[in-house]
Amino acid sequence: MSVTAHAQEMHHVEEISPARRLYMNRLGLWLFIISESFLFGGILVARFYLWGTTRPHLDQALGMSVTILLLASSFFANRAEIAIKHDDRKTFLQSILITITLGLLFLVGVVGMEWRTAPVTPMMDGEFNVYGAVLFFMTGMHAFHVLTGVILLAIVARLGAKGHYGPTNFWGVEGAVVYWHFVDVVWVFFYPALYLMGTAVGPVH
Amino acid sequence: MNIKRILLGLIIGVLGGAALYTVMRLLLGMPALASNPWPLVAMAVTTGLIGLMLGIEPSLGLARGLLGMVFGFAVGLLLVYVIRLLLGMTPAWNPEPAWVTGALLGATGFLLGVGVMTDWLKWANGIHTPEQDGPPEGKPAWVRYFGADQNHKVIGVQYTVTGILLLGTAGSFAMIFRTELSKAGIDFLPADLFNTFISIHGIVMIASILLGVGGMANYLVPLMLGARDMAFPRLNSFAFWIAVPGALLIIMALFFGGWDTGWTGYAPLSVRGPLGIDFFMLGVFIFGFSSILGAVNLIATTITMRAPGMSMFRMPIFVWAVLATALIQLTGTQFIGLSFLMVVLERVFNMGFFDPASGGKVLLFQHLFWFYSHPAVYIFILPGLGIISELLPVFARKPLFGYKWIALSSMAIAVMGFLVWAHHMFTAGISDSLRVPFMYSTMLVAVPTGVKFFSWLGTMWRGKLSFPTPMLFVLTSIAVFLIGGLTGPPLATVPTDLHLHDSYYVVGHFHATMFGGFVFPFFAALYFWFPKITGCMYNERLGKIHWFLQTVGFYTMSLYMMRAGLLGMRRRIVDYDPALGVEGYQTVITWAGWIIFISVIIGVANLAWSAYRGKVAEPNPWGSRSPEWQIPSPVPEHNFEEPFEVVGDPYDYGVPGSIYVQMHPKPTSAG
Repeated sequence: MSVTAHAQEMHHVEEISPARRLYMNRLGLWLFIISESFLFGGILVARFYLWGTTRPHLDQALGMSVTILLLASSFFANRAEIAIKHDDRKTFLQSILITITLGLLFLVGVVGMEWRTAPVTPMMDGEFNVYGAVLFFMTGMHAFHVLTGVILLAIVARLGAKGHYGPTNFWGVEGAVVYWHFVDVVWVFFYPALYLMGTAVGPVH
Repeated sequence: MNIKRILLGLIIGVLGGAALYTVMRLLLGMPALASNPWPLVAMAVTTGLIGLMLGIEPSLGLARGLLGMVFGFAVGLLLVYVIRLLLGMTPAWNPEPAWVTGALLGATGFLLGVGVMTDWLKWANGIHTPEQDGPPEGKPAWVRYFGADQNHKVIGVQYTVTGILLLGTAGSFAMIFRTELSKAGIDFLPADLFNTFISIHGIVMIASILLGVGGMANYLVPLMLGARDMAFPRLNSFAFWIAVPGALLIIMALFFGGWDTGWTGYAPLSVRGPLGIDFFMLGVFIFGFSSILGAVNLIATTITMRAPGMSMFRMPIFVWAVLATALIQLTGTQFIGLSFLMVVLERVFNMGFFDPASGGKVLLFQHLFWFYSHPAVYIFILPGLGIISELLPVFARKPLFGYKWIALSSMAIAVMGFLVWAHHMFTAGISDSLRVPFMYSTMLVAVPTGVKFFSWLGTMWRGKLSFPTPMLFVLTSIAVFLIGGLTGPPLATVPTDLHLHDSYYVVGHFHATMFGGFVFPFFAALYFWFPKITGCMYNERLGKIHWFLQTVGFYTMSLYMMRAGLLGMRRRIVDYDPALGVEGYQTVITWAGWIIFISVIIGVANLAWSAYRGKVAEPNPWGSRSPEWQIPSPVPEHNFEEPFEVVGDPYDYGVPGSIYVQMHPKPTSAG
């Protein structure tokens, strides 16, 4: 049994080369990202349908700060990916830990501060409930994806520290980083939709 | 079989379930004994069955998954209780958030228990796991069909059999309320139960169709492409097994007050209904992962795993249909998930998306919902239409007429399907500036569909037709789908839709499209590939009886439904005024429904019995040119022992000297 199983395993390894496997993995991830972009597109549709050309009063300094944090994190994520492809494990670890830290700070800013201080919440009665509802839904769905991204990056960082990745074996890093960029791009659309577009209405903080 | 172990499992299961139920009540601050004994009984029966299954085979993935689901629910309920207790919210026991969290963690527990995430969790810890190879060692061969197996053929059978089980479940509910409807007046089914049954009939049928589509696609696509397996075998297994807790949650809704919104779950009614709505919506939400991840896998497989020489326009036509379907599933499914998630959030967290008093808008739900749920009907029918195009040339012994047009018409339907959703909302109060464009875009779908009919007629024209059971089902599919198609324009046209909307005419119309686009082609596919899957031949005479009863029953049911609708019979209503003059029609529809039900039982019994005791089938009983028929039946573990090359077009039946696949015997020293 073990001999034939081994032979079949070898046969299989022959069939799908590492380069082809990488191509398939990339394709699979991008298909998933296309699917996810429809989810966030739908959420944006809901925002414009419900809020139209208005938006709630939000803390502009906070919104700008978390946006800068997240955009900066993408730079370090990319740096980590390039570093591991050049077998520079020190830069890789450094950059990925910075990325994770910035991601966690973003979460603190959105969930820890914006949710506490926003003048609209889903708990309030009356017509401004929908402002709280959409705000918490958009930031919540996005924060959930940031959290999954942080978890993926943490797994990759831990494995990377153990020496699992290198110039020929970087898919884990690339996958997590591409997902991270995607979560970032979503915020590039969410930030103006929440903080910048339309006239501010409703209760003031 | 170890009788002692089975009995022990049963006893531990029953006692353990009763104990868990009592402990949970005590932990949640309730008296140990409830006034209503039935939840305790249900719990003990569930865990007793799990114990029984584990007694039969301790490694049974399904039983472990169910056990994981039970514990997931328990953890979820306790988690919410403790959080509310710590935050000082009163009352600490609030069923709505507790059961919602329980359902989400229950589904997670199921996936962990069944073992589809084991490999990924190991990867996260840096442990390499090889791809599964062959049946599990040292266990009976049937065990792999009840657990996390990575072979696409096993997964295809899992999808198909689960789909047929759900088809039977949904059909049984239909028979109950159909019997109630056969006479005016409320005879035995209370109105709220009637509403729950029509809702569950609808959504479980949809789940069953999605699983049936997944079954055909998973079994056939790698074989037709000449691949060893799907592109991502673990993801494939995950995509099937996540559908199971989804379906279970939908059925569990029955025990939590049911839901009376119909399968569409329109807000604001769904925001106000009983707890069952949360179960229904979360079930659909979780089921959606199955569609999306299955689609990722099918698209990646089609793009990367084709045999040498198989260009896109040399693929078997069914693969094109699946590719178009997968594109809809990949993108559209997010929208039904989104709309149902928003309803659950509105129920649990008071987020007023759809409540005008909170500043929300009711119509938003319908826009988001139909943006998926209209394209979804093309998910149901495109694979079926692909089956028709796939089988017709085989039984007409002629090339498929206009291969490229058929392939592209599937893609055109998939794209245009996204541009017509508001035709479900003509009476919902949307403006004419929306109604008129959507009327025209809906009519345009008839163009690519017409291409398909034209091709089918062209394929049959002057062919040498033979009529075994699969061909009979294919021909009925075409005729029934034509009825479904032709009854569409009156609904797509705004003025006539205002009259017909929400009537039995709509019910007749969509049953015709579903039967013509899925049910008949699905059975055609089952009979056609049955010898490939099992290596046995079904009973031809019983197959023809099944076909005859289903065809007669279906025509009667569908046409009388449309007639009753034209006379003013409303949908989704438990009682009607006999003065409408539809009582006789309702009686006939009920009888016809029962005939369909019996015909399906005959068909399934035929297949089940033949798989067990059928005659050994010839290797290629239909004389098909498709790659999967050039290898032994049942198919070997890794499909093609010897590589092949595509050297011609797939459907050149009857063209002298034409070859589609050229098998290359593997040199014996290889491997």
